[in-house]
Amino acid sequence: MQAIKPESFFLEKYNLSTGMLESVMGRVLGKKINYADLYFEHSTSESLQLEEGSVKKVSRDISQGVGVRAVAEEKTGYAYSDDISIENLFLAANTAQYIAKEGGSPPVPVSTTLPLTHNLYPVSVPPIDIAVEEKMRLLESVDRVAQAYDPRIKKVTVSFASELKRVFIINSQGVMTQDVLPLMRLSVTCVAEEGNRREIGSFGGGGRHAFDYFFETVPNVTAVGVPTAVGVPTAGGVPSEKRFEQYAREAARQAVLSLSAIDSPAGPMEVVLGPGWPGILLHEAVGHGLEADFNRKGLSAFSGRLGQRVASELCTVIDDGTILGRRGSLNCDDEGVPTSRTVLIEKGILKGYLFDRQNAHLMKMPLTGNGRRESYAHAPMPRMTNTFMLAGDSVPEDIIRSVKRGLYAVSFGGGQVDITSGKFVFSANEAYLIEDGKIGPVVKGATLIGNGPDILTKVTHVGNDMALDSGVGTCGKDGQSVPVGVGLPTIKISEITVGGTA
Amino acid sequence: MSFSLDEAQDILKRAQGLGATSGDIFVREGEAFEGTVRLGEIEKVSTAMGKNLTLRLFFGQRHALTSTSDFTPKSLDALLTDTCRLAQISPEDPYAGLPESNQLAKEIPMLDLFDAEVASRSIDEKIALARQAESAALSADPRITNSDGASLSHGTDTVFYAATNGFSGSYTGSSSSLSVTPIASENGSMQRDYWYSSQRKYKQLQSAEEVGKIAALRTLRRLGARSISTREAPVVFDPEMAASLLSCLTSALSGYALYKKASFLVDCIGTKIAADGITIVDDPTLPGALGTKPFDGEGLPSYKKIVVENGVLKSYLLDTYSGKKLGLPSTGNASRGAGRSPTVGTTNFHMMPGTESPEAIIQSVQSGLYVTELIGFGVNTVTGDYSQGAAGLWIENGAFAFPVEEITIAGNLKEMFLQIEQVGNDLASWKRTAAPTLKIARMMIAGRESGAC
Repeated sequence: MQAIKPESFFLEKYNLSTGMLESVMGRVLGKKINYADLYFEHSTSESLQLEEGSVKKVSRDISQGVGVRAVAEEKTGYAYSDDISIENLFLAANTAQYIAKEGGSPPVPVSTTLPLTHNLYPVSVPPIDIAVEEKMRLLESVDRVAQAYDPRIKKVTVSFASELKRVFIINSQGVMTQDVLPLMRLSVTCVAEEGNRREIGSFGGGGRHAFDYFFETVPNVTAVGVPTAVGVPTAGGVPSEKRFEQYAREAARQAVLSLSAIDSPAGPMEVVLGPGWPGILLHEAVGHGLEADFNRKGLSAFSGRLGQRVASELCTVIDDGTILGRRGSLNCDDEGVPTSRTVLIEKGILKGYLFDRQNAHLMKMPLTGNGRRESYAHAPMPRMTNTFMLAGDSVPEDIIRSVKRGLYAVSFGGGQVDITSGKFVFSANEAYLIEDGKIGPVVKGATLIGNGPDILTKVTHVGNDMALDSGVGTCGKDGQSVPVGVGLPTIKISEITVGGTA
Repeated sequence: MSFSLDEAQDILKRAQGLGATSGDIFVREGEAFEGTVRLGEIEKVSTAMGKNLTLRLFFGQRHALTSTSDFTPKSLDALLTDTCRLAQISPEDPYAGLPESNQLAKEIPMLDLFDAEVASRSIDEKIALARQAESAALSADPRITNSDGASLSHGTDTVFYAATNGFSGSYTGSSSSLSVTPIASENGSMQRDYWYSSQRKYKQLQSAEEVGKIAALRTLRRLGARSISTREAPVVFDPEMAASLLSCLTSALSGYALYKKASFLVDCIGTKIAADGITIVDDPTLPGALGTKPFDGEGLPSYKKIVVENGVLKSYLLDTYSGKKLGLPSTGNASRGAGRSPTVGTTNFHMMPGTESPEAIIQSVQSGLYVTELIGFGVNTVTGDYSQGAAGLWIENGAFAFPVEEITIAGNLKEMFLQIEQVGNDLASWKRTAAPTLKIARMMIAGRESGAC
């Protein structure tokens, strides 16, 4: 994508040579080490924020550094510095190899570059290189669409963030890998007011795309039975609009809608989840519990359960880092391993875990390309990429009709899981009561709580409308945040506890 | 090759030469260490050397902000040019600007924030401390069968802040923490919990033995947890969870949320927002405390402020910008982070202790929940709506009866703070955000069964 290769970018910028890096590797490998790597990163990020009709904040950030890691079986030594110099590399190497016992020094192989097998973000001009003025105009357009939605919209905040990250990884197996990753996100938040009631609505999206992505025409994607946003223009009879208009309208629609929300019921009930972002259920309920580190250490409620039934036959759950342009996609993970499509659950049976190099080695399993890190300041660990459930046969309208009394949740805030007890929560920010198969009044945000290892066994319907989220997900684990994606068709869960007040 | 305030002033002078009318520089430089052991063996040892410079420039009412971790002259030159360019194309903001010179801190008090001693401790010694803490947890009970490790970490950061209004100041602070996460199992089900100690100084840490034992007790008491039926009942928050409740207030009290009308506390100064007897303070001047700082992120002096007094809201939390938007002076709560504009933050944010012992509070409950863990993102500080996943202990006739999990507690923060019936005498004032044991009269608890028990 970029004219400059990260390898030469780093070596020239910091006056280093591959020979020097091999000698650093020699220092790390001076003891009994299974694996070592150097991770160079240079990232430029930019953010703009609009409030009260004009752009109030413009900022740019340059972040650079190198992480040196040594792995000896279960032990990891890690050191980083944001001063990239040969002296600091040797210092870091000394710390990294603290964990190893004295012993023989394996030879340092001559490093060769491994070409990437994917090109998942073929973006000719990365969003960060688009003129700031053009981004300001986009934010102002988003603001106008949101303001125009309804007179009750009182405050609109729009933000745009983009980054371009260059990484260069050299490891003790003599492999050099490099990648250049664009990423962007547009977010809209609206506050609606009526009388003394005030409510908030948010929407956003993005991915590893070109800036034009926000100007593409998209069908208006409101979930089944949910009142459509007003004033959506139609193209050939199908409501359609530009993507940035959709974001603005969705945020405004949610804020205005919440003004009429009634208290959510409390207690166990049937729940229908809409397509797309509600896939956060999979991320929390099963995804984290299937990360290899927790399983190797016997800390997960899913430990030792490969081959067992953990979901209804209707459920097949995938983690796929290879989807074009997605927020959770990567050409290679942060250990230089090409990403892949991993079947986690197939027709209800637990099939696989997500691996980084260390855990794959210790568990004697193949690599899946899930070793990720927030930045050079962190050692990698197994993380999800894009996690979703494959579509089933049910028609979404029929799923809703099958519910006697329940909740229809179409949008969520965030979720969290205790991987040891298996208990997870996620909070709905747009949900409706279903009574006798019909969508009823909108209810206030409610937290749903369940038990990861058995929640998917209660899935009784899987819709034919699988959708991925719009590209806003960020996952936190052990203090490290990484961009991720989720996806889900409309599904029905026969019982889940809803934490309302009524 | 440490940064200096002279360098900061030099960059600001050059910016003024390029047409900037004012500006500021915030630099944070630091080093950190973390050692983790698991089941007695070293799991991870890591060290960090990090730094960041944030430059904010104003051209009249136009401004922009940039930051970098690359301090080479070439990179800083590029940063300066970039900031000038971005600022000049940014729209005017009539509220933007630095605080006036007469508001700035005149002196920088010594507040005992730096630990000169921790650097002299060897990696071996620090690992040994973590190992001791984990071993205390593992040996506490045969039902402690596994561990997610124990960690000893420490770090030292130096902050430099310089601005064209004449402020120049820096300070260095340290912190050390020791934590343990044991896993208990019984009848095929597992539970985890943790305990930790965190202090400015390494030698002030709670003993490894105590940290390990408390972690084990907190984990063991969760074994055999079950859900309950849906009902309304009193809820007692342990000090950790009471602190999490208190932190829900901080985002609603922030000037940024208030001028955006994104807070349930809009226009509430002088009104009753909490029960009688509830007093909340933000005090950046406590010597040696974790949230202490000698000046705020805009060079304003640190002072203790009463936020809520006897249930009445006395002060919002403001920096210069959000204050101007609300027509109020800054409360000295500007907080800075790498690459970010000033925002509002708390320092040592504490709810003052009451007179009752936690035991007496528990004894006062006929049938209710003692909550020890809250998970999820079900807090809406715009409306005050609150719905969180919870775990803890069920109280029957004033005593713990059995552990509970897979339940939610829900209410509205506006009512919850007004319905605080009892306040414990057990404030752990070493924490940045701290509150004693609290009892809320009634909340809705949702569990696996509907209807009555």
